[in-house]
Formats: sequence, C-alpha cells, structure tokens
Amino acid sequence: MKILVCIAKAPDTTAKISFTDNDTKFNEAGVTFIINPYDEMYALVRAIELKEAGLANEIHLVSVGGADTDAVIRKALALGGDSAFRIDAATNDPYTIGAQIADLVQKNGYDLVLTGKESIDYNNGAVGAVIAGILGYNYIGNASKLELSGAEATVSREIEGGEETLAVGLPLVVACQKGMAEPRIPNMRGIMAARTKPLTVVPAVDASALSSVTRYEMPPAKQGVKLFTVDQMDDLVAALINDAKVL
Amino acid sequence: MSVLVFIDHNQGSFKKNAFEAINYGAQTAAKLGGTVTALVLGAANEADLAALGKYGAQQVLHVNDARLNHFNTKAYAKAVVAAVNQTGAQVLVCSANNNGKALAPYVAAQLKAGLVAGAVDYPQTDNGFTVKKSVFSGKAFAYVTVNADKKVITLTPNTFAPSEQGGAAAVNALSVDFSDADFGVKFVSENVVKGEVPLSEAERVVSGGRGMKGPENWGILEDLAKAMDATLACSRPVADAHWRPHHEHVGQTGGTIRPNLYVAVGISGAIQHLAGVNSSKTIVVINKDAEAPFFKAADYGVVGDAFEVVPKLTEAVKKAKGL
Ligand SMILES: Cc1cc2nc3c(=O)[nH]c(=O)nc-3n(C[C@H](O)[C@H](O)[C@H](O)COP(=O)(O)OP(=O)(O)OC[C@H]3O[C@@H](n4cnc5c(N)ncnc54)[C@H](O)[C@@H]3O)c2cc1C
Ligand SMILES: Nc1ncnc2c1ncn2[C@@H]1O[C@H](COP(=O)(O)O)[C@@H](O)[C@H]1O
Repeated sequence: MKILVCIAKAPDTTAKISFTDNDTKFNEAGVTFIINPYDEMYALVRAIELKEAGLANEIHLVSVGGADTDAVIRKALALGGDSAFRIDAATNDPYTIGAQIADLVQKNGYDLVLTGKESIDYNNGAVGAVIAGILGYNYIGNASKLELSGAEATVSREIEGGEETLAVGLPLVVACQKGMAEPRIPNMRGIMAARTKPLTVVPAVDASALSSVTRYEMPPAKQGVKLFTVDQMDDLVAALINDAKVL
Repeated sequence: MSVLVFIDHNQGSFKKNAFEAINYGAQTAAKLGGTVTALVLGAANEADLAALGKYGAQQVLHVNDARLNHFNTKAYAKAVVAAVNQTGAQVLVCSANNNGKALAPYVAAQLKAGLVAGAVDYPQTDNGFTVKKSVFSGKAFAYVTVNADKKVITLTPNTFAPSEQGGAAAVNALSVDFSDADFGVKFVSENVVKGEVPLSEAERVVSGGRGMKGPENWGILEDLAKAMDATLACSRPVADAHWRPHHEHVGQTGGTIRPNLYVAVGISGAIQHLAGVNSSKTIVVINKDAEAPFFKAADYGVVGDAFEVVPKLTEAVKKAKGL
C-alpha cells in the first residue's frame, strides 16, 4: 500500500492579508508560510497513523509549487513520510495543480491519495476531486474517518447535519478534515531525519490554467461595534429585529 | 449560453440550497440569453420535480435510477456530464454544500471546465466571464476569470435569496449508461442529528467558547438557541476537550459558516476562529473582557459575564417573539 499525501503551502493562519500590483497579487512580504493546516493535521497525520499501524508501507508527499515551497515540504517530512516530490509549476488554478498530481499518480501507481479538505488561501476544496476526476477514481470529500483493510477503505464523510459511512474500493482520493487523526507535532528526530529524506523536483506537465484570479478585494471594514449593557437586552433584541433584521 | 443546475436533495426532499441554485442558474441564463435546466438524480416525486419551475427552472431532467439514491461522486459526475452534453449547457451551477463541493471540481476536470468554487455574486459577463468568490478564509475576495469554454460555479450557501417566479416545469427523463465500476462507493450507515438545522444551512447560530467553563454550562446556550431558533456551534478548544461534538467546531480547521446572525459567547475571537465565521452577516459578541479581539469583528457587543448576560438575552428574545 502506497499513499500519496498532497501538501499545499499556505500563509500562516495569523498572516496579515494584503495585495500589491493594483490588487492583482497577494503580498507575501513578511508572511510566514506553513503547511496548509488540513493537509498537515488531517491528511498527513492520518497517513502516518496508517503506516504505524502496519496498513501502509510507504508514504510519498507531493507539492506543486516553485522552489520557495521546499521549506514547507521539509517541514512536512519532519512529521513523517518517506520521500517527497515537488512538481515545478507556480499556479493557483485547481485544474493545473490537479493535472500535475494526477500525472504523478499515474506514473507511480498510488493506491490512496490524501488531500486536505481545502487550502486556506484559495478555499477551493477542489484539487483532490480534480485528481480523481482526471483519473476516474473514486473520490470522497470532507472526510472525517478513514480505515483500511485490504483493497477496501471505510470512509466517513460530512453530510448536512451529520456524517455518513461508506465502503469504497481502491484506488481512491480522499479529502481530509477534522476528526481524521490525533494531533501531533514533529520531534527532534523527525526534524533531523527530514533533512536527508529525498525531495525530487519533477518538471511540470502541460496543463493550461482554466481560470485565473484577475483581482483581489478586501471586504468593507466593519462599522464598529455597538455596545449594550447587561440591562439593555431589550434594546439589543430590538436592534437585531429592526436594524439588522436577523431575528 | 445555456445553464444546467445540479439540484441536491435528500431522498426527494428539496431544501433552500436547491432553490438558491435554480434561482442563480435562471438569473445567469437570462443574462446570457440561454435556457436553464435543473438536473435531479435519484428517486423524487413528479409533482415536486415540476414545482422546481417555481424557482425558475424551465425544464427538469430526472435520472430515476435507484442506485443514485445515495450520493456518489463518480456516478453523479457521469450523470452530470451526460446532462451537460444533452443540453449543450456551457455553465454548470450547484450549491457548495457537501455533495456539491465534491461533485463540481470532479465534473469540471472531466469537462475541462474552469471552476469557481464558492461564488458570492453573479457572473460578470461584459468582458469575459468573471465571478467573485471569498478567499483567504473570508479575509478577502477574489475575482476569478474563467478562460475555458465551459464554466462550473458552486454557490456559497445562504448568499443568494431564492425567489418564486415561474410555474411548473416540464419534467423529462434522462437515461445514463452506467457501468458497475461507477458504483464503487457503497453506503454503509449515516448518523444525522435529527430535528436540528445543520450548521452549514443555519440562518442563526449560537456559539460557545472556553469562557463557558465546562460542558455542564451549555444549558443557557441551548435555551438561547431555542429562543432564537438557532443552531449551536463552538470554538476548537471546546471540541478538542470533548465538551461538545466535533461537528459543532467552526473556524480555520473546522466548519466555515455564513449565517445571518452569529452570537459568540465566551470566545476570544482568535484569527483562526474568525476565519470560519467572519462572513456572517451580523455578529454579536458576549465576553467579560472588553479587550477581547472579537469585539473588533462584531456588530453588536455586550461586555459582561455570560452567566448573567445570556439568560437575560434569552428572556428578551422570548418577550419580543411572544414566546
Ligand atoms: C493552525 C490553527 C488552527 C486553528 N483552528 C481553529 C478553529 O478552527 N477554530 C477555533 O475556534 N480555534 C482555532 N484555533 C485556536 C485559536 O487560535 C484559539 O486558541 C481558540 O479559538 C480559542 O478558543 P476560545 O475563544 O474558546 O478560548 P479562549 O481564547 O481561552 O477565550 C475564552 C474567552 O472567554 C472569555 N470569558 C471567560 N469567562 C467568561 C465569562 N464568564 N463570560 C464571558 N466571557 C468569558 C474570555 O475573556 C476569553 O476572551 C486554531 C489555532 C491554530 C494555530
Ligand atoms: N499546490 C499544491 N500542491 C499540492 N497539493 C495541493 C496544492 N494545492 C492544493 N493542494 C491539495 O488540495 C487540497 C485542496 O486545495 P484547494 O483545492 O486549493 O482548496 C489541499 O488541502 C491540498 O491537500
């Protein structure tokens, strides 16, 4: 059993979001980059748990990005995974990203591909389904549990108001979210080991972008909070009913 | 340009997100000078299908195959692609609910269509095809231009108000040539909280944080939620400590919600929490610390002890609603 975990580089969750070049580019100045939290906390850690449980032999990581992605890939390798690929393409079109990874999946033959539920910058929740769509694999989105036995997986996914459990044949792409794995942090040994794990740079395949961001915009600033004392609850309720019209 | 709308439903029962999607599809089709077709997969009753016309569907295509009674990305995608081919639709619209989020990018990849996931506005078509969506977890918007012939748009729930406009729609059967390999996903069981509006669809949400001190204190939040007809949510430490179930956890690593009203009680307003709730239309914050960062993101606030404020707020809501 070979698992591929898709790792996106994402701005730190506390990063200040701003744009340059007439609001056409994300301003990376002063921004720290991290492993996209869903990829780290749920997809990667679940893959590691499966390997530790003897249900997988090998974990590969893949990230589509430029050379500035390497640091984030090393961080991921510090948590676990045997080796990593960086596919050399700088894009944020989910089709282009998914087509790169689908090509790697086809070449290396993974039984299971794990992604995060979404990237915290573009919030598309798309790349995993794009990979599966290109390859015609089964796909489960917003998954909160994943068990393996032989060539079959048992997966739970979020549905409106709860979850459902499914039995799915491999090969399979699963997008992971909360519930999937127990939180863990890298230890010293992992950080040392990550330095020497193979990170192979792969040239991109041809897959032109089907979409592009033409402009960014900040949401309008909040008007400022209107405060009420504990004795003014009738006034607060009146404001919610008459002004905000939400009750 | 014609539009196809994928209509999600639960065993034949259609919810608000379905009407939102038809309405969006109808308005988009009108703008582009094309027709709008609604696609329904799995068992549903004929009268309910025809009634989708009320929300703007001109035609309803129905694939009445019992194997589609449970959602399955691969088989559903095959049916959607068949419907796109039959109708010649250039735009596919669906709700960004759990099923739509899985289906839309899968179909987009198969059609080589450009995807806009989580639209918050109608397409701008004066110069190309551009749709506004939320990015950076609600901290900004992006205008995404689709460069491909076909376009797939998923809609942020609770963003586009459905309106009733038309009459009954013609319902036509569509048959799809499935193979066994399309049904590699077998339904085992489901666990759904009964009698409660799911968080993703809730118009009002009451949410508790670590300031609630312990799970035994949630009674006052339940009372407030009941009076407001709201659904409960919580911050991550609350779910991590198992005070509340995981599905209630909202924020960067939890659920993203967009209710009309979000009431945050004893939540500090960390940036990762705000990422999941900052698109709420109105935010009310109750916190004993006037310096809590959440007040900066709030529309209304009460600086005070939750255990005193919440019961009084509940009483005031009941009084105003005559409960
Ligand atoms: C990568 C990453 C992802 C994360 N994802 C999420 C996420 O998805 N969701 C999330 O919520 N957090 C997330 N966090 C955690 C986040 O940073 C905060 O730690 C968390 O939101 C704090 O939860 P809280 O507000 O309930 O608790 P606290 O920060 O402890 O705040 C409790 C608040 O209650 C107030 N209070 C105390 N007593 C009372 C009282 N009697 N009456 C009224 N108010 C009272 C206090 O003044 C305080 O403001 C994430 C963190 C990281 C690093
Ligand atoms: N550039 C990338 N390289 C590798 N994996 C990615 C990349 N972008 C997104 N992914 C994966 O796809 C998931 C969904 O991303 P998105 O479709 O951008 O919301 C992420 O959680 C990652 O697991």
